[in-house]
Amino acid sequence: MPKLSSVAELEKLQKDILSKRTPQKPCLALCVGTGCIPLGAKKVLAAFKEEIKNQGVEDKIDLKETGCPGFCEKGPLVSIYPEGICYCGVKVEDVAQVVAQTAQGKIVDSLLYVDHMTGEKILHEQDIPFYKYQRRLLLGNNSRLNPQEIEDSLALGGYAALAKVLLLMTPEQVIAEVEKSQLRGRGGAGFPTGRKWRIARNSPGEVKYVIVNCDEGDPGAYMDRSLMEGNPHAILEGLIIGAYAMDATEGIIYVREEYPLAVENAEIALRQAEEYGLLGKNILGSGFDFQVKIIRGGGAFVCGEETALIASLEGKPGEPRQRPPFPAASGLWGMPTNINNVETWANIPIIIKNGGEWFAEIGTAGSKGTKIFSLVGKVNNTGLVEVPMGISLRDIIYKIGGGISKGKKFKAVQTGGPSGGCIPAEFLDTPVDFDELAKLGSIMGSGGMIVMDESTCMVDLARYFLGFLADESCGKCLSCREGIRQMQSILNDIMEGRGQTGDIELLERLAVTIKKTSQCALGQTAPNSVLTTLRYFRHEYVEHIEEKRCSARRKSTPQATFFSQVNV
Amino acid sequence: MDAVNMEKVNQIIDERIADRGSLIQILLDVQQSYHWIPPAAAALISERIDVPLSQVYRVASFYKSLSLTPRGKHFAKVCMGTACYVRGGKEVMEKASEILGVEAGGTTADMKFTLEKVSCIGCCSLGPMITVDSEYYGKISPEKVVEILENYD
Repeated sequence: MPKLSSVAELEKLQKDILSKRTPQKPCLALCVGTGCIPLGAKKVLAAFKEEIKNQGVEDKIDLKETGCPGFCEKGPLVSIYPEGICYCGVKVEDVAQVVAQTAQGKIVDSLLYVDHMTGEKILHEQDIPFYKYQRRLLLGNNSRLNPQEIEDSLALGGYAALAKVLLLMTPEQVIAEVEKSQLRGRGGAGFPTGRKWRIARNSPGEVKYVIVNCDEGDPGAYMDRSLMEGNPHAILEGLIIGAYAMDATEGIIYVREEYPLAVENAEIALRQAEEYGLLGKNILGSGFDFQVKIIRGGGAFVCGEETALIASLEGKPGEPRQRPPFPAASGLWGMPTNINNVETWANIPIIIKNGGEWFAEIGTAGSKGTKIFSLVGKVNNTGLVEVPMGISLRDIIYKIGGGISKGKKFKAVQTGGPSGGCIPAEFLDTPVDFDELAKLGSIMGSGGMIVMDESTCMVDLARYFLGFLADESCGKCLSCREGIRQMQSILNDIMEGRGQTGDIELLERLAVTIKKTSQCALGQTAPNSVLTTLRYFRHEYVEHIEEKRCSARRKSTPQATFFSQVNV
Repeated sequence: MDAVNMEKVNQIIDERIADRGSLIQILLDVQQSYHWIPPAAAALISERIDVPLSQVYRVASFYKSLSLTPRGKHFAKVCMGTACYVRGGKEVMEKASEILGVEAGGTTADMKFTLEKVSCIGCCSLGPMITVDSEYYGKISPEKVVEILENYD
């Protein structure tokens, strides 16, 4: 493929690709993301390849390896386009039948989704409750493209927003559009993206850096992995647009080493974009130069924090530093640096394509657009769900998630990862946005949503998160390093029947000190799991301490420790 | 365990020496090839990229993906993320630990397995999860751990 040297050439290429495609021909789209692979997707894929050949139906059926559509619980997943038929739990034994029936335009009844409430079979993806209530601006294309083929992205309008920016917009106009969209950062803090970009643009520096933060460390959250694996070109396109807006010439995609497929697909996407002239010198003949490299994280949760991430890029231990100066003024190698989360970058092409005002119509007054949550834990339909901001917790858990598994009772939902908090049943009708969750003492965070039923002990859960954070504290601040350990030790005592009167008050005092005196968000938010469980489930602590028992788990203390190996 | 072949370390350094701040990337590559950071490799890296040996060790001991002791032929990681936790990840860990006879972070005497806990591998819908080398196993139970580990030699 010769390099594209103008926007016109890109548009012509897109037309050429589309003219060669046959959208009416049935296409079997099989998820081979990290979710479906453990369920056997690779073997199913090999079986499909062989079976299509054996039955001689290559001219009747296309086969596509795709990223994650989100409904991991029911994998391996096969979607058949253009009709949008959804098959769940497809096994190697089913493949011959699927190929034969699809070639004849028929359905394999036994693989359809069965609604667990009504017992009805559902044919189309968009009618399955799990998908029906979502608004999939970001995830929608995951099941329609092979992430290792740039042509698939181009066929779906990939890089059209970049073309629009380079041809028609000044950097100022790009930033104005992002400001108009009121997009807030999806990594957790929710800082307005447009404002962040403007600060970076206005900061003087010989070189400027833009960085994709894919160091998704929150346990229970995996939307960044799915986006990076399933649609890396969308993220890359957002990054190039951001670089243009901020006058950055160098970009970095920082990916967790624990996500090997995300690293691989990002590498392939970079190489292809370079080959097509969408990266490198004089992008699409615009005179704009921009290059990107991929850096793997070394396995440290704290590196999701901006200044720790920068330290890690400089080859140092990932210890956060005092802000200001903010990275926008002095970041990587002392140069202006803008870091955004994967999901934030993926929103950019959508905003540019549709306009900031269009985007700002989705969501609530303070939180615009959609947000991807990973709905996991004790809920019937687990997976990645993308919903407009403002949807209620109840709709997410009951309408999309299908309610609590095994007929048990809902107890709480934990949002925001280790920095977040637990929200009890009485707030299920709360609209989900940045500000509403904060009012309840929790946070949006990166979008983890872990549902717990009546059998979960909230003291144990708080102890679990403290154990995680004690493990992940970088150790720089005394209050975080030692304070979390002390809180953890008190919780161990409470769980093991050694709790004393006054422990709760001591926990609260320690929590305040840690919050006030830690330098970065890890320490400042570390006590949240204890504070929110104390706020809503104080009686469970009291019960453990005074009555030496745990009614959630119907046990008297001391009890088997759930997570003794996490304890330091 | 591979003998420490410095040629490979040199190759890794050659590929990355031009990049500023490449220490962690070099160490990750060495870790991948040798399953640990051998002292000789640490010394060579320090000398060639002109970073104090103390910093090489500081970085190597800070990041979880890097190991200063040899890891076994197979690397089994039990996910201890929140979603796996509420679905019984701890029992899976206990079983794995019992079968292999080592605690999290330990390596079997025959150097066949290293067992480690991992905070989240992003397969939260399939918890509890275990990975062995680059293979992922989801929705597992303590009994299944036995079957899985038996497949490796």
